Amino acid sequence: MMQSLLSILIWLPIAGGFAVLALGTHRAKEARWLALAVAVATFIVSIPLLTGYDAAAGTMQFIEQHRWIAAINANYHLGVDGISVALIVLTTFVTVLVVLGAWDSVHDKVNQYLAAFLVLEGLMVGVFCALDALLFYVFFEGMLIPMFIIIGIWGGPRRVYATLKFFLYTFFGSIFMLVGLIWLYMQSNSWELSQLAALKLTLTQQSWLFFAFLVAFAVKVPMWPVHTWLPDAHVEAPTGGSVILAAIMLKIGGYGFLRFSLPITPDASQHFAWLLIALSLIAVIYIGFVALVQEDMKKLIAYSSVSHMGFVTLGIFIALALVRVSGNKDAAYLGVSGAMVQMISHGFVSGAMFSCIGVIYDRMHTRMIKDYGGVVNTMPWYAAFVVFFAMANCGLPGTSGFVGEFMVILASFQSNFWIAALAAFTLIIGAAYTLWLVKRVIWGEVTNDHVAKLKDIDAREALVLGAFAAMTLLFGIWPEPLTHLMDASVKHIVDQLLVVKAG
Amino acid sequence: MQLNPTILLIIALAPLVGAVVAGIFRSQVGRIGAHTVTIAGVALSCVLSFYVLYQLVWGGAESYNANLYTWFQVGGIDAHVGFLVDRLTAMMMVVVTFVSLMVHVYTIGYMAEDDGYQRFFSYIALFTFSMLMLVMSNNFLQLFFGWEAVGLVSYLLIGFWFKRPTAVFANMKAFIVNRVGDFGFLLGIAGVLYFFHTLDYATVFAHSEALSGKTLEIFSGNPWSAATVICICLFIGAMGKSAQVPLHVWLPDSMEGPTPISALIHAATMVTAGIFMVARMSPLFELSETALSFVLVIGATTAFFTGLIGIVQNDIKRVVAYSTLSQLGYMTAALGVSAYSAAVFHLMTHAFFKALLFLGAGSVIIAMHHEQDMRYMGGLRKYMPITFVTAWIGTLALTGMPGFAGFYSKDAIIEAVGESHRWGAGYAYLCVLLGVFVTAFYSFRLLYLTFHGKERFVVDHGHGHGHDDHGHHEPGHLAHDPHESPAVVTWPLMALAVPSIVIGALTVGSMLHGDYFGSAVRVAHEAGEGAHGEFVGWFQTMLEGFVGAPFILAFLGFALATYIYLFNPAIADKTKNALYPLWNMLDKKYWFDPIYQAVFARGSVVLGRGLWKGGDVGVIDNVLIDGSAAAVARTAGVVRWLQTGYLYTYAFAMILGLVFLLGGLWWVVGK
Repeated sequence: MMQSLLSILIWLPIAGGFAVLALGTHRAKEARWLALAVAVATFIVSIPLLTGYDAAAGTMQFIEQHRWIAAINANYHLGVDGISVALIVLTTFVTVLVVLGAWDSVHDKVNQYLAAFLVLEGLMVGVFCALDALLFYVFFEGMLIPMFIIIGIWGGPRRVYATLKFFLYTFFGSIFMLVGLIWLYMQSNSWELSQLAALKLTLTQQSWLFFAFLVAFAVKVPMWPVHTWLPDAHVEAPTGGSVILAAIMLKIGGYGFLRFSLPITPDASQHFAWLLIALSLIAVIYIGFVALVQEDMKKLIAYSSVSHMGFVTLGIFIALALVRVSGNKDAAYLGVSGAMVQMISHGFVSGAMFSCIGVIYDRMHTRMIKDYGGVVNTMPWYAAFVVFFAMANCGLPGTSGFVGEFMVILASFQSNFWIAALAAFTLIIGAAYTLWLVKRVIWGEVTNDHVAKLKDIDAREALVLGAFAAMTLLFGIWPEPLTHLMDASVKHIVDQLLVVKAG
Repeated sequence: MQLNPTILLIIALAPLVGAVVAGIFRSQVGRIGAHTVTIAGVALSCVLSFYVLYQLVWGGAESYNANLYTWFQVGGIDAHVGFLVDRLTAMMMVVVTFVSLMVHVYTIGYMAEDDGYQRFFSYIALFTFSMLMLVMSNNFLQLFFGWEAVGLVSYLLIGFWFKRPTAVFANMKAFIVNRVGDFGFLLGIAGVLYFFHTLDYATVFAHSEALSGKTLEIFSGNPWSAATVICICLFIGAMGKSAQVPLHVWLPDSMEGPTPISALIHAATMVTAGIFMVARMSPLFELSETALSFVLVIGATTAFFTGLIGIVQNDIKRVVAYSTLSQLGYMTAALGVSAYSAAVFHLMTHAFFKALLFLGAGSVIIAMHHEQDMRYMGGLRKYMPITFVTAWIGTLALTGMPGFAGFYSKDAIIEAVGESHRWGAGYAYLCVLLGVFVTAFYSFRLLYLTFHGKERFVVDHGHGHGHDDHGHHEPGHLAHDPHESPAVVTWPLMALAVPSIVIGALTVGSMLHGDYFGSAVRVAHEAGEGAHGEFVGWFQTMLEGFVGAPFILAFLGFALATYIYLFNPAIADKTKNALYPLWNMLDKKYWFDPIYQAVFARGSVVLGRGLWKGGDVGVIDNVLIDGSAAAVARTAGVVRWLQTGYLYTYAFAMILGLVFLLGGLWWVVGK
């Protein structure tokens, strides 16, 4: 079983998803329990990945390789390093919580809703373990389909606009990547990532490829200025869709930079690192200010996501500047590790924030900040969770939200004082938009009758939020297990960068 | 002899256990359970802290420095959680746990009728844990941890009465202003890592000399001394936490929180974290004259100018709050002239007498049914003798009456500033000297308005007995005569009054003139400290104090306050009208708040709205996205088809496209 663990992780939830679908729309209760069973089973299957992975080696492990399309030399090639393992377990963990979170809040076509999430889970796991570029692309595109369906069917009133925007953005991005990959295949006659990384390319060739990849991954992250699909998608998406979108799908952008851009186009990545650093800093600060003035809670957290994801791209590309210009390998490791920790942490924190919004949306059917006020009076336990996650969102030490940002700022300082200073500005602006939100929604007197009638969270909601909180706290006070899991893999990626491919 | 690491761990964790039990199981343990478990935890910490201090000072134990666990390790950089316990730390531990214990006991009385009783105990115990982690840290990371954790608890406690709009505004303001400081602090820490490749205190301080001569190019072609940049960044952190001008604006507003936390957090312990931090980092600060001058000027400015505001305040807590700002300025000024021992010494004495004054103010507030305006008080001395006497003791300590605790520490600071030749020392000396007069004036004004003179409140006998926690009744009207507070309130007052009298005399010899701190603080130029003459003993020092300039200034302040507020109250209003522009400036607190509100708060919102509506919606969405969508529609007419809204169509189209591409590829390349 260990030999095909990754395949199980991909196909178990997909098969489970179709089984849930087959139950039909009228057996909602069975659909929920079956979906939960599948999600929990997938999570349990992912545990051996965590325990069985030899982190000290940092190599690709749990390899599976089969011929797929012989004629074009494409393989069904799977494998994981520490980075993938962390993201896969995050995926299986969050999916369980999403299924639980939807228990009482989705009533329309429940089986289809849950099936979409399970299929999505399998495809996302596929993205994180594909070592064949074509296979990666199929998963990468394929996972958009369930997400379109989730937003398009269970979404809000402007779901068509949001879905179309999402579609245009991501399709636009991935088509460039596909062209780039086909070109690479023609050069090397292979889709193997390791082979593509070994390919000698001139700086010009790398630059074209770099931008082709950049468009695809920047849209996913999303980076400024291709981020405007995200707030709309979040606002229209049902709670579960937002959670998966923020917690997992955005990470695929950061993951893509690490798997494709850096190994295949290291020289171009270095050449354009300044641009990516600049865009990241714009994301952190500009988007921080935009988040401040949002009137819709989901939009606020969506913009906050963009701002936080700025640290992911900053950490990755500051590492390039560090390792290539000043040869400062330790700081480069710190930057990439910080980016990875930020991705995992953001998975918990943003997932939790969207879940929190879902909890009151289910009760009040509004996301507007002005419709709330004094929620703490009627929902004290809920308020405690919100304040906790808000603190994590503004990077309070002791929560995982601090760790990644801290590491990236430390690394940035080693490159340039001003980059660190601009990045550290998030301390102020992040606190401002988050705490202002908390002030308006949670604190104060009860502002209206609807708030007065609110019921505090039930056991199921407490379980979901509690699980997020436990992870946020654990990696906040002890991130070592996480950095240890990824350390050797991060080193491997950074050391690869030292090889000059051009010329 | 070694300190026992288990004991240190218990000291830190005992309050945390109390906090968790009282917070999460609040309904199970009930009120009595909540205060029992938290008080037991803090009492245990306190007793063990005294034991650790005893071991270090008399037991011949060596300083303890070891890591508990690895926080992260990435490449060659690692970060740990661990303890450094030397005499400086031990002193802080004793101060923190002792004051915290007093405040815990006091809270039983002060919060007796509050619904959030368990929550309050949970928070203050959590605070004690955070503060202990801060002072016991052996590295910069954990320091920052504790630093922000105390900020969090401060946020929760300022907003404890979360229904009050002013409270939830004040707590947000406190957190964000502190974040401005932390912004600098974090950059300072990043700078330390850059130059020393570690965050461990011992390693950094052992090699601190390596920083001298290093430069950092902040502006291209203009290298700055790395020590100056790092120290100023670190000090910006201290300015936030220790409320130095211009980041002081949050502290007066923090008085929205219940009084026990004003005493514990916003007077005795948390706000002194910045002072402690700079003293701890003396090996770094000693490398930069520029940074120290900066510290000196900021401190002296805070000491004098915030003290002035205290004169015009009518809210009893706010007077004490401005007094705290001013005293923090004194400590900072001492740091600025490298008199680290004097700063920390004043930190300690101040913790006792300022906690006493705050708790005394709280006792008055209980008696006045949560009326805080001194204009409705007066003559309380006959109703509450214990509060009255202890408030006098606290005031004498604060104003530097020779023999009392504050005398030794404040005189040492003034002397050190006077003897310094550092840039800015002349200005600073003027500030700290005049500050003594101001301190005496507002302190005795408070005493007279509260405890002496005519009773300015009205007792409406038989006029309803509704005990209103939040003072919604008519100002100055009480349902029955004010009376002395219960024993849980007065005992802590008495317990704090003792050190407020004697702690200075007891410790001045070892802390200021002896070798109490050993290597914990480092002074590069001996001129900064120890230049003053031989120590002549606490008694002789006290006698000499009566003829020093500070005493004369304090006496003038006392005399003026006595004349105005005891004998001729009408003169106060006359002076106010005569000096209206000055009074107005002080009443408006130099307009810091409205300026910050307009520039930073309002400005950020305007900027954010501009970026959102102009950038995101205006340019990116309307022009680029919808524009290109429209362009596609014009050329191909596909968008109208896509916009049918039928999601399955999209999905199907995508799969079809994918199949096409793959098929085409196969056909082209596979053959």
